[in-house]
Amino acid sequence: MAEVSIKNISKRFKSVMAVSSLSLDIADGEFVVLLGPTGAGKTTTLRLVAGLEKPDEGEITIGGQGMAGLAPSARDVAFVFQQYSLYPHLSVFDNLAFPLRSPARRIPENEVKERVNQVAELLRIPHKLANRSTQLSGGEMQRVAIGRALVRQPSIYLMDEPLSSLDAKLRADLRLELKRIQEELGATILYVTHDQIEAMTMANRIGVINEGSLIQLGSPRDIYENPQSIYVAQRLGQPQINLLPAGLLPSGKLPAGTQTIGARTEHFDIQKKPNGEASVDWIEHLGDQNRLHVNLGERRITTLIAPDSNLKSGDRVALKLVRPLCFSASGERLG
Amino acid sequence: MSITLSTAHSVVEPSSLAKRSAGFIVILYALITMAPLFWIFATGWKTPPDSISYPPKIVFGPSLEGYCNLFTTRTRQTADYINALGPPQGTCDEVTRRREMVIAGASNYAPRFVNSLIIAFGSTFLAVTLGVFSAYAFSRFKIPLADDLLFFILSTRMMPPIAVAIPIYLMYREIGLSDTKLGMILLYTAVNVSLAVWLLKGFIDEIPKEYEEAAMIDGYTRLHAFFKVVLPQAATGIAATAIFCLIFAWNEFAFAVLLTSGEAQTAPPFIPTIIGEGGMDWPAVGAGTTLFLIPILVFTILLRKHLLRGITFGAVRK
Ligand SMILES: Nc1ncnc2c1ncn2[C@@H]1O[C@H](COP(=O)(O)OP(=O)(O)O)[C@@H](O)[C@H]1O
Ligand SMILES: [Mg+2]
Repeated sequence: MAEVSIKNISKRFKSVMAVSSLSLDIADGEFVVLLGPTGAGKTTTLRLVAGLEKPDEGEITIGGQGMAGLAPSARDVAFVFQQYSLYPHLSVFDNLAFPLRSPARRIPENEVKERVNQVAELLRIPHKLANRSTQLSGGEMQRVAIGRALVRQPSIYLMDEPLSSLDAKLRADLRLELKRIQEELGATILYVTHDQIEAMTMANRIGVINEGSLIQLGSPRDIYENPQSIYVAQRLGQPQINLLPAGLLPSGKLPAGTQTIGARTEHFDIQKKPNGEASVDWIEHLGDQNRLHVNLGERRITTLIAPDSNLKSGDRVALKLVRPLCFSASGERLG
Repeated sequence: MSITLSTAHSVVEPSSLAKRSAGFIVILYALITMAPLFWIFATGWKTPPDSISYPPKIVFGPSLEGYCNLFTTRTRQTADYINALGPPQGTCDEVTRRREMVIAGASNYAPRFVNSLIIAFGSTFLAVTLGVFSAYAFSRFKIPLADDLLFFILSTRMMPPIAVAIPIYLMYREIGLSDTKLGMILLYTAVNVSLAVWLLKGFIDEIPKEYEEAAMIDGYTRLHAFFKVVLPQAATGIAATAIFCLIFAWNEFAFAVLLTSGEAQTAPPFIPTIIGEGGMDWPAVGAGTTLFLIPILVFTILLRKHLLRGITFGAVRK
């Protein structure tokens, strides 16, 4: 494991700026997640670090060593691809052993066996080792894909949305497992995803990325509580943050220049009041959440309520904001 | 009842009448195309008089004479000479003596057959090898003028190869490649390589490049990744391409007639020259043709699993 430093890298594909002046330092043993929508440049960033693409500008160092001009095999990184991660013509065992048997390593076969068995234990797939990789379920395939990276102890693990093709339940399981394994191994991981829950639950630090630029970098809590822009605020939190014009609701003293107010569940004070200015539209029971949809004039506000709340459809309510997030006209955070 | 209704009017399931007529047409077509093959096969087991009798004999006593004549040369002898010989050595000797002849030596069929094997398999191997490497390069690397080069490669097949027979004949005579196995291998390779490049490029294009990238990150060179990851997954395409190349090289007649006459002659130009007493030795021709079909039949049967998937040209891979 080693620290990785990305300085001002840019990569352009014809007219598309896939990554623009992106800088990021990853400490030894740190789990950094880049969070961004499809096309944000996440995959390209990982490919630049792995050496599969050549940056137009900027440099990457791993463990203090410059990577410019170094072939992927010389960089000591492991990559979990979003798709096509297993070789269909090999068994699970051979897939896991593949990185260890490379001509660059030439690890004796008994050690290969030992390492593969260890990783299979870690990922709870030892009974699948003899299977063809095409005979696995989606969850097992992704475990093997991650295992293919874990058999090695590289400077950094690069993971490209490894859980995105799985169903919700499996994703939740593997999220926890991946975090546990990372802590157990003290692994350095750069993980990219478009899923805010993955970012929030696994990351030591989250980098929010859009259109090739890193917009904000910080701990999950910091990114959630202190978004620097409307864009970042919208990326995190479920239900999505409510954006309201300043002055629409009583909200205490606001910083000068506040144009838009961002309000999440924790910013609302909702009281049942017969002559309240808003009305409850309906309450959505999602099982783990109860979503309250409120009509305020033309606007729709969505927030969470406690399951034991006595509000019901048609009730009039009064809304007050408590220390909400304030943004300027250009979407910058003011306070 | 709605179930019965829905199958009767199903859009995807052909009606049983349609299925039956389709089956009938396929069987009829197969019978028509295979009739000459049956005829050739049967002729191989006839005696020379039976083979030219009119009306043709459908039922006949099978004889090994065709196969004996195929592999031997014979000379006519007097009855006294033959009677003076000891007891016949084997079936062929006996069959030959019955026609008042003795076996003088081996015919050229076996060496011509071996030439065919060497030339067809040699050129197929070369064409597929060159094809798979160039297809990989076209598929994975940024090659300047790649599209034009691919078009140029294809354009070599836009006229029948025989159209350049005379220049090739003169060129081969000049550089000493006439009637050599090497010359024939190079010629068939040149004809087949464009087909191989185009077919294989389609297959390799469909193998995600992430597979090799993963291997390269894991410490493999590109060449290693090519052999360990790309080749196994291109197996279907390689098998299909190899069969197409082999069929062409195995059956090729015009160039073989023109460029080979002795040393490097293949079986196709040799078989029609098998002449017995008083004209063509049809049973020997039938026998030679039957044996000639065997290698390609075996090769195709061995690879038929790949071929079936291969001829859909990657449309239904995996
Ligand atoms: N090889 C390429 N050629 C051309 N454009 C590319 C290539 N790879 C990525 N892009 C473009 O760069 C942008 C970022 O892509 P990518 O890094 O794959 O995004 P993400 O992984 O965040 O979805 C996209 O607009 C994409 O179309
Ligand atoms: Mg991506």
